[in-house]
Amino acid sequence: MATDTKRTAAEAWRQALENSPTRDACFTTISGKPVEPLYVPEEPSETYEEKIGYPGQYPYTRGIYANMYRGRLWTMRQFAGYGTTAQANERLKLLLAKGQTGLSCAFDLPTLMGVDSDHPSAVGEVGRLGAAVDTINDFDRYFEGIDLGGVSVSLTINAPAAILLAFLVVTARRQGVDACRLRGTLQNDILKEFHAQNEYVFPPVPSVRLVTDTIEYCTREMPLFHPVSISGYHIREAGATAAEELAFTLADGFHYVEQSIERGLDIDQFAPRLSFFFNSHIDFFEELAKFRAGRRIWARHMRNRYGAKKEKSWMLRFHVQTSGVSLQAQQPEVNVVRVAYQALAAVLGGCQSLHTNSRDETLCLPTEEAVTIALRTQQVLAHETGVVNSADPLGGSYQVEAQTDAMEAEVEQILQEIDSQGGMIAAIENGYFRRRIAESAYRFQREVDAGRRKIVGVNAFTEDESQPIPTMEVDSSVEEEQKKALAAIKASRDNTSVAEALDNIRRAADEGENVMPALIRGAEVQATVGEMMDALADVLGRYQPTS
Amino acid sequence: MPRTASPQSETAAKKRPIRVVLAKIGLDGHDRGIQVVARALRDAGMEVIYTGLWQTPEAVVRAAEDEDADVLGISILSGAHMKQIPMLINRLRERGLEHVTVIVGGIIPEADIPKLQALGVAKVFTPGSPLKEISEFLEATVRR
Repeated sequence: MATDTKRTAAEAWRQALENSPTRDACFTTISGKPVEPLYVPEEPSETYEEKIGYPGQYPYTRGIYANMYRGRLWTMRQFAGYGTTAQANERLKLLLAKGQTGLSCAFDLPTLMGVDSDHPSAVGEVGRLGAAVDTINDFDRYFEGIDLGGVSVSLTINAPAAILLAFLVVTARRQGVDACRLRGTLQNDILKEFHAQNEYVFPPVPSVRLVTDTIEYCTREMPLFHPVSISGYHIREAGATAAEELAFTLADGFHYVEQSIERGLDIDQFAPRLSFFFNSHIDFFEELAKFRAGRRIWARHMRNRYGAKKEKSWMLRFHVQTSGVSLQAQQPEVNVVRVAYQALAAVLGGCQSLHTNSRDETLCLPTEEAVTIALRTQQVLAHETGVVNSADPLGGSYQVEAQTDAMEAEVEQILQEIDSQGGMIAAIENGYFRRRIAESAYRFQREVDAGRRKIVGVNAFTEDESQPIPTMEVDSSVEEEQKKALAAIKASRDNTSVAEALDNIRRAADEGENVMPALIRGAEVQATVGEMMDALADVLGRYQPTS
Repeated sequence: MPRTASPQSETAAKKRPIRVVLAKIGLDGHDRGIQVVARALRDAGMEVIYTGLWQTPEAVVRAAEDEDADVLGISILSGAHMKQIPMLINRLRERGLEHVTVIVGGIIPEADIPKLQALGVAKVFTPGSPLKEISEFLEATVRR
């Protein structure tokens, strides 16, 4: 019997491989020797089949596609944008011209926090860390000359995510692209904001309700779009360990799944559109173990605990960004090397898309030159190193498998710890996540300070004078320009329609209706991000953490 | 709290722990650094009040005044420091709090460091600064 299943699994993989498209590329070594699309044990044991198996098959330890990067490379997606949306539009076009294959849009802090450019708290922040968006006009300009029907767009936005999704729908419509054709990802992961990044506005429960509204809306109207990118990146950057990053992120994912099921959605309708976003830190094998264990745990819980039937519901798809905190201000050129190793771990870990950080990010927003090197790092990996030729090339290594198993066990233990505190919301409210993250961050810093952990250029191999590298400055006239444009819109738009639209948003929020249609209407009549956030906050409240 | 009570208590007054108010100004929520620093300064024997995220310069200066702070530590990682720090220093002057040692941490380009120091910032600590360097700097700088 066991032999039969073995043959079946291996044959199923071979069959899937034959049915998969193959890129037009050279899948041999640089010396011209053949490389197999997958290497497996000569006599696969039952344990091998259950825990490791074949790429494209449950539990996906070795990857989610049968032929992995032989079929399609990961999407090279550099996060970009600052200044006005007109300036950000130029950066997006530049990246497309350099061969980038997807767009990733950054917004400034006022937009991320859901306040307009003329708000008192926005002073000094407008257009600084991303593009400034107040109304639909800004959004239209962000994508001017970029066909939203032809490129996938990732929007990094959380508390006001539903509002920016409404903007995207309206901008696309104005381009003649129906929402059902839109591809891309909304970050929209509010739970990690409470754990780590602190860009929350509403309290946890109504915040999650808005996420569920967008999942519901996308499931019905935007079947190609990923409504939420469940993110460990920021949790890790805040100081969590690799296992904490993975466990907290998966727990967040399970919470969205549970809420969506409670909403009455069919898991196999929405789960295939959930995607993840992880960090790739500097410990190469630990990261690899994290990606592999993550796929296995997600698949098992989705199938066994939540009863998902479709294979696509079991697959953990993820974007990776290399670790910002691992980069150093001292000897910044060395960061290029760090990024390359981290990118290698992400690719060997089977990511679906990747952002490589620029060497200057501890100093400023990346210069054009630094962004180009970062993108080229991915292109070298993809086209020169040969690591894309076979799926999960490090699978089967004693160390990699042992670390993957250990990661899985630790993550399961943390998941139980969260459950035992009464679940996600209770654990947020009692400060569990933040406490653990702060503890881990402190432990790490103490190790570095004591010299037990060496960081090149920081506490080892230091140089008195490091070579300065060119840095970028954001033009501070952006703030005035943006405020002027906003004032002009407020003066020229139909303010009666705006007031009606805002009332309608309050009503929808209050009656527990899906808020998306009301937000789309608000976008159309040029209501601002801040006005719509305030309307929602009138009903949902604002969160004041206790600690 | 009186700074010195009587000659007998002068040594005690000198030895009172350094009081530090830490704050994040502006909208940026990156608080890993400031939390680690808060803990390290506490471990070094200082009294630390962390006022939390999203503070305005006014609120921070008020906290420094209310808490009788020796040190005001500001963390900014958004790049808004050249707008926010001058506002903060002006408020401190208006309240007669020039004696408060101001330190800044975060993503601060090298070119901005002398500008901040000219405004009256005692020291800027960029990412990678050892925790001990911060506490030793304060021990050496703060007059009690």
